[in-house]
Amino acid sequence: MDKPYDNRAWFLVLPVLAIVAFSAVIPLMTVVNYSVQDTFGNNQFFWNGTGWFKELLDPSSDLGGRVRDSLWRNLLFSAIILAIEVPLGIAVALAMPREGWKVAATLVLMAMPLLVPWNVVGTIWQVFARGDIGLLGYTVNRLGIDYNYVADPLAAWITIIVMDVWHWTSLVALLCYAGLKSIPDAYYQAARIDGASRWAVFRFIQLPKMRRVLIIAVLLRFMDSFMIYTEPFVVTGGGPGNSTTFLSIELVKLALGQFDLGKAAAMSIVYNLIILAVCWVFYTVMTNLDVERRRPPADA
Amino acid sequence: MARIELSDLAHSYRRGASAPGDFALKPMTLTWRQGGAYALLGPSGCGKTTLLNIISGLLVPSHGRVLFDGRDVAHLPTEERNIAQVFQFPVVYDTMTVYENLAFPLRNRGMEARAVDGRVREIATLLELTGELDRKARGLTADAKQKISLGRGLVRPDVAAILFDEPLTVIDPQLKWELRSKLKALHRALDVTMIYVTHDQTEALTFADTVVVMHDGRVVQTGRPDELFEKPAHTFVGYFIGSPGMNVIPASVAGNRVHVAGATIELPQSYDIPSGKRIEIGVRPEFATLARAGEGVPVTVERIDDLGRSRLARLRLQEHPVAAGVPDGLSDIGETAGLILQPDHIHVYADGERIEPVPASGSKGGRDGQAL
Amino acid sequence: MGLVLDKVRRDVGAQTHVHETTLRLPPGTMTVLLGATLAGKTSLMRLMAGLDRPTSGRILVVEGGRERDVTGLAVRERSVAMVYQQFINYPNLNVFENIASPLRVKGLPKAEIESKVRAMARLMQLDPFLERMPLNLSGGQQQRTAMARALIKGADLVLLDEPLANLDYKLREELREELPKIVRMSNATVVYATTEPQEALLLGDHTATLWQGRVTQHGPSAAVYRRPQDLITARIFSDPPLNILAVTKRGAEILLPGGASAPATGAFTGLADGDYQVGFRAHHLGLGAAGPGLRFDGTVIVAEIAGSESFVHVECAGSRWVALVPGVHELEPGATISVHVDLTTVFVFDPDGRLAHAPAFLSAA
Repeated sequence: MDKPYDNRAWFLVLPVLAIVAFSAVIPLMTVVNYSVQDTFGNNQFFWNGTGWFKELLDPSSDLGGRVRDSLWRNLLFSAIILAIEVPLGIAVALAMPREGWKVAATLVLMAMPLLVPWNVVGTIWQVFARGDIGLLGYTVNRLGIDYNYVADPLAAWITIIVMDVWHWTSLVALLCYAGLKSIPDAYYQAARIDGASRWAVFRFIQLPKMRRVLIIAVLLRFMDSFMIYTEPFVVTGGGPGNSTTFLSIELVKLALGQFDLGKAAAMSIVYNLIILAVCWVFYTVMTNLDVERRRPPADA
Repeated sequence: MARIELSDLAHSYRRGASAPGDFALKPMTLTWRQGGAYALLGPSGCGKTTLLNIISGLLVPSHGRVLFDGRDVAHLPTEERNIAQVFQFPVVYDTMTVYENLAFPLRNRGMEARAVDGRVREIATLLELTGELDRKARGLTADAKQKISLGRGLVRPDVAAILFDEPLTVIDPQLKWELRSKLKALHRALDVTMIYVTHDQTEALTFADTVVVMHDGRVVQTGRPDELFEKPAHTFVGYFIGSPGMNVIPASVAGNRVHVAGATIELPQSYDIPSGKRIEIGVRPEFATLARAGEGVPVTVERIDDLGRSRLARLRLQEHPVAAGVPDGLSDIGETAGLILQPDHIHVYADGERIEPVPASGSKGGRDGQAL
Repeated sequence: MGLVLDKVRRDVGAQTHVHETTLRLPPGTMTVLLGATLAGKTSLMRLMAGLDRPTSGRILVVEGGRERDVTGLAVRERSVAMVYQQFINYPNLNVFENIASPLRVKGLPKAEIESKVRAMARLMQLDPFLERMPLNLSGGQQQRTAMARALIKGADLVLLDEPLANLDYKLREELREELPKIVRMSNATVVYATTEPQEALLLGDHTATLWQGRVTQHGPSAAVYRRPQDLITARIFSDPPLNILAVTKRGAEILLPGGASAPATGAFTGLADGDYQVGFRAHHLGLGAAGPGLRFDGTVIVAEIAGSESFVHVECAGSRWVALVPGVHELEPGATISVHVDLTTVFVFDPDGRLAHAPAFLSAA
């Protein structure tokens, strides 16, 4: 549905265009420019063609190997996050109260983690999970479970996942809650009359009505988790070893640690394309489930 | 299959209600026979939806009992009452096919697959949905969806009553005709008690054998469609049924004579007029005709509506709006005209309630009315 | 202000929502757009309002005999008010403030707003509710508030999109009566969308019938009702649905389905030989064999009693018909029944659905 036309409106958009140009378009051009060159500092650049890309995509090279490993870590991380946060978010949404003062209280409570900045989340959990002074780490260790996220890769992974679940499940839950609220009472009444079980109500009424918001939730959580940087950087710094080194952390190491601008530029382009491609696949698959849309009624 | 009885039923949304104004539903006792087609007719807020919710089990009445075949079900939940309901907006399970939708209530009750199949196909044939069985319910038109909602009630062999909550609201007028006659034919074929809630008199009258007219939490009249039309027990029924509603005109009545705006009409029967009450006469526009000035009761003409197949005059009799038919031959209608009321279709009301005429054994020379 | 749609068309993606349409709405009149759901009524209104831009064609405003092109002009800069099927009011403002809101936007002086709102409220019979919040009102009161807000703007073009559809039957009846009076006073050009033929007859000076994104006919309501130019228009403008019978005229006879024939009188005098479709409304189908015109034997599908009249659905000559007959007729489904239709009361359409004959009528009703 389009809006009324008024060409003067373009003038209002100009400042935004300018800002976007400075903040996105020009940096992007620069990145593309860097990705096909090599530099030894002193502002001396040499043409390298697709060299960096070849190296990146070749798993036998050192760089290619590292990229491949962290890509797998990213995919695994996103998969786990989605597998936990989506069902959990739905469950939380189903459990949330529908009316009364409790609604407001729950909503505020749920929104709380979303208001905490990324690096603060990281810092909170870094301290919280420490074996010596952190409440969580200390308690778990006292229970006789050996837990140390600095030394044990599995513990590091669990810490990051729990942290992300804590931080973001609310988002999924709130989106699902909005979807649930839009279901008219008549549907629940009809289901009771039809003798539907609790599960059938969920499967045939609630889930279908939540699908649209679930598409949004999955996309948002995928993109966000695939780009995760701050929290693991703060908590584990990518370690122990390389066990929590995600693409983003690898990229920063490359660009700022080793100052390999060309490689880093090439990698960020590839990184970007992967996210776009996966999102496109997600979106297409999930909306195709929705193809049999309302068609105009037959001639009366 | 069930006979439904409402025994001293009343409902108040407030606890410990005692004043009549506190009751959304004022005390009523009604019996609905098994296999009947009933309509609950009334304006928004008259209590018809409250009554429907009590029957379906969504609401527990604060007073009285609801009996299905003699068993009190007032405190049973919906799922244990063997009722089905069709809602105002079509409720279908979007992700299921039409077949699965129809099979759903049976499968939920653990019916064996072969029996389900037979039953679903039988109902689909009745509803003329056989060709659509494999389609997803989501893509269907509103009227097909309403048929599915109805079908989900009909498939259950044990269903005692089907409740309809303004089921044709979202259906286009042309399709309304089809769906309504389908419904009526199904009712004949299946011998299920059907209760139809609506504010639309045409739907109520055409659907039901018995129409229950509600107003302000009270049942004002129960009767066959033609009874409600011809002998409205209350001026509200006269107004609410008929399009436009009955003309209600203050008058004075003495014996078999009505005095209206200086004219006198002689009625076929006499009335015993109680004193101290507001006396009005009621005549349906169908039994009132416009005539030239000088004939009948003098009126002023506000306008003439062309309804396509007939013309309707909007008149004023003193202060009161009156509607009357316009005979085909009448033209050049001026600002003043006459109104002819058919005496055998004039009803007399005292404080809104219809008065029965005195049996024809002769006029008692009744007292004068106190009207106007 | 008059409004002209000049060869307007609107496509959305690959679909055409409004086919090329030319429509002329004279100033100060009320035009009813009559058609089924999804016939294009709302799409057409959105074009008139300027909410959508036509894919091609122009929208012109006629003022003082001069036409001004407003295609593409924002809604805000047009003088338009719109009322929807849903009752849309500001929930946080009381009725007075709701009605006053367009005037506040205009920045009128307080006293003037006060008097205008009170006058409008009186007209809409809302004066007892001015202090109430809209959500505490009945549906009819809410919709009257929305209409009052639309009309008080003094907009030149008022668009009403099935405003009575969600109201109680009786209330609808009453508003239908009030609406033309109010509109006449406001002096605006009004467009009213509905699915109900009865509303078109009662409300509209003019009616435009719509079908699948096309205007099939536009003219004075009574004329469209009594001389529909084609079968589609006749069907749109019939409630109960139009009864249809396929016949062939051969010489002085018409051949009926099932092999019977009848003399070609009434509507058929003067028509060329060939196939025709006969359309007649429910009140022209009579029960019983005694009556002028064609006789058929049919089966009763169902009989509905509506007070003083009955609707009898019959299966006849291979089609389903509805008869609207006075009196109460309780007929058992499946019973055999005779019906008749007077050939002087029917429409005849050629095989392409164009009107070949309509009964004569006096336009001055």
